[in-house]
Amino acid sequence: MSDFSDLYQDLILDHQKNPRNFGEMTDANHHADGYNPLCGDKLTLYLKLDDAGTIQDIHFKGSGCAISKASASMMTVALKGKKTAEAEHLFHEFHDMVMGKIEKAPEDLGKLKVFEGVKDYPARVKCASLAWHTMEAALHNEKDVVSTDDGKGMEG
Amino acid sequence: MATAHAESTTQTYDVLKYRKDFPILNQKVHGVPLVYLDNAATTQKPLSVIEAENKYYREYNANIHRGVHLLSQQATKAYEDARVKIQKFINAANSAEIIYTRGTTEGINLVAQTWGRKNVQAGDEILVSAMEHHSNIVPWQMLCEEKGAKLKVIPINDAGELLMDEFKKLVTSKTKLVAVTHVSNALGTINPIADIIQYAHSKGVLVLIDGAQSIPHIKVDVQALDCDFYAFSGHKIYAPTGIGVLYGKYKLLDAMPPYQGGGDMIASVTFEKTTYAKLPNKFEAGTPHIAGVIGLGAALDYVSAIGVDRIAAHEHELLVYGTQALSKIKEIRIIGTAAMKAGVISFTLGEIHPHDIGTILDKQGVAIRAGHHCAQPVMERFDIPATARASFGLYNVKEEIDVLVTAIQKTLEVFA
Ligand SMILES: Cc1ncc(COP(=O)(O)O)c(C=O)c1O
Repeated sequence: MSDFSDLYQDLILDHQKNPRNFGEMTDANHHADGYNPLCGDKLTLYLKLDDAGTIQDIHFKGSGCAISKASASMMTVALKGKKTAEAEHLFHEFHDMVMGKIEKAPEDLGKLKVFEGVKDYPARVKCASLAWHTMEAALHNEKDVVSTDDGKGMEG
Repeated sequence: MATAHAESTTQTYDVLKYRKDFPILNQKVHGVPLVYLDNAATTQKPLSVIEAENKYYREYNANIHRGVHLLSQQATKAYEDARVKIQKFINAANSAEIIYTRGTTEGINLVAQTWGRKNVQAGDEILVSAMEHHSNIVPWQMLCEEKGAKLKVIPINDAGELLMDEFKKLVTSKTKLVAVTHVSNALGTINPIADIIQYAHSKGVLVLIDGAQSIPHIKVDVQALDCDFYAFSGHKIYAPTGIGVLYGKYKLLDAMPPYQGGGDMIASVTFEKTTYAKLPNKFEAGTPHIAGVIGLGAALDYVSAIGVDRIAAHEHELLVYGTQALSKIKEIRIIGTAAMKAGVISFTLGEIHPHDIGTILDKQGVAIRAGHHCAQPVMERFDIPATARASFGLYNVKEEIDVLVTAIQKTLEVFA
């Protein structure tokens, strides 16, 4: 017991302490708000997309638990420079990984694989996926606050 | 319960013996012994409660109030005997003042939807406190919205105590009801409800008490308190979930319209007119949670045999011990430091989010609650998103608090 390294890996702890791409973005052309009522995690996600559908810049701000903060931070690092289609693809892979829907984490998730341990903590899946759901909402310019408890079956 | 009562005054508090009555406590989680400190969320059930429900289903399961057969008579008797036990437990004047509900939430909604819709009008005011559980806020908001009435809030100080002077100022000729919690689930504060009731009554205002957190910890005498309504949940006092009680003064309940329509709540039905049953049946439409009622009766027997006062004294010792132990950890900030407190310690730990604390404690076998405790206005008042909360029950021991302290230190190490 007393081994928390499956969830609280060094990389996660580092990102929660020093979140990357943190803070408001003034030249964003897409943004969305996310909320996890379970632990009160709140975040706003900002995207700057160019005409070719490339994510030129991505930022987030908000407050939350270590898992949600680190997940948001690492997501911004992973998605900067990616095409929106790639972002959507990673979103689905990440989602399936933390939900425990796939045996082995896909290689193209790269560093995001550190979140694989989340699948053994059902109470924390929403924390890890909040930023991703919010990113998706921002891509589609959804106006409503994304909630991990909105009854739309957004289970993770 | 004469023998049990005698026992309760002479014997020492044998917590290890009581622990053995709760089968669930004797287990390991994540490979370590379970330390259950989430009693404010729900309590564990003693064997006598589990067996009372079991016996009902094995030996005399039947619907109540309608069968002429033996099993139905037995079930009806057990169901009504429990009502008398509850009446005695809170010292109500009449067993017809004991209305079975699903829990505190339903009890409060019942009052809002029946008494409230009949008596509250546009311009009227309802007073709640800043430390209410959402279940003692939202039903009143819904009522106020429907009626054009206004919800007013009694503020609290930094210790988490009601500001009684402000309370008195807020009671005006427009005030129709004061709805306050006896004990705060998020802060542990015990409110001076006797004073509140007395003052409100001096102004002709009714008082509803949310008893969800007080029922297992404080000896409640509804007649001495003179409260008009008192709602509680079985599951917080070692009884099953899905069963609770609304106490109301007979005259008030009798004058209130029914809550739900259906079977069991009628005297006679024709398509032209239905006359309603007398209390308590008027408020108990449909087949109720019979097994739950029987389990609640067994739970009150269990608690009475030990004695609520002795349980309260034991939990107070744990509160004092726990508060001292946690205060020694410099990163800890205890939220809720009222002079009068029940066995609840809400805290934050440096910058570590309570949800992370909860996960790391869980891995060490310690079950606590992390979150806003369905009291978001309280969190806002203290400008925090959430707290971690340890809450004690009759079976907790100081050694478990020691485990909690060690687990918190480990949490600090992970985030160091
Ligand atoms: C103070 C208080 N009021 C009301 C409730 C609601 O009780 P229930 O969910 O059993 O209806 C709770 C339970 O958490 C509580 O602590």
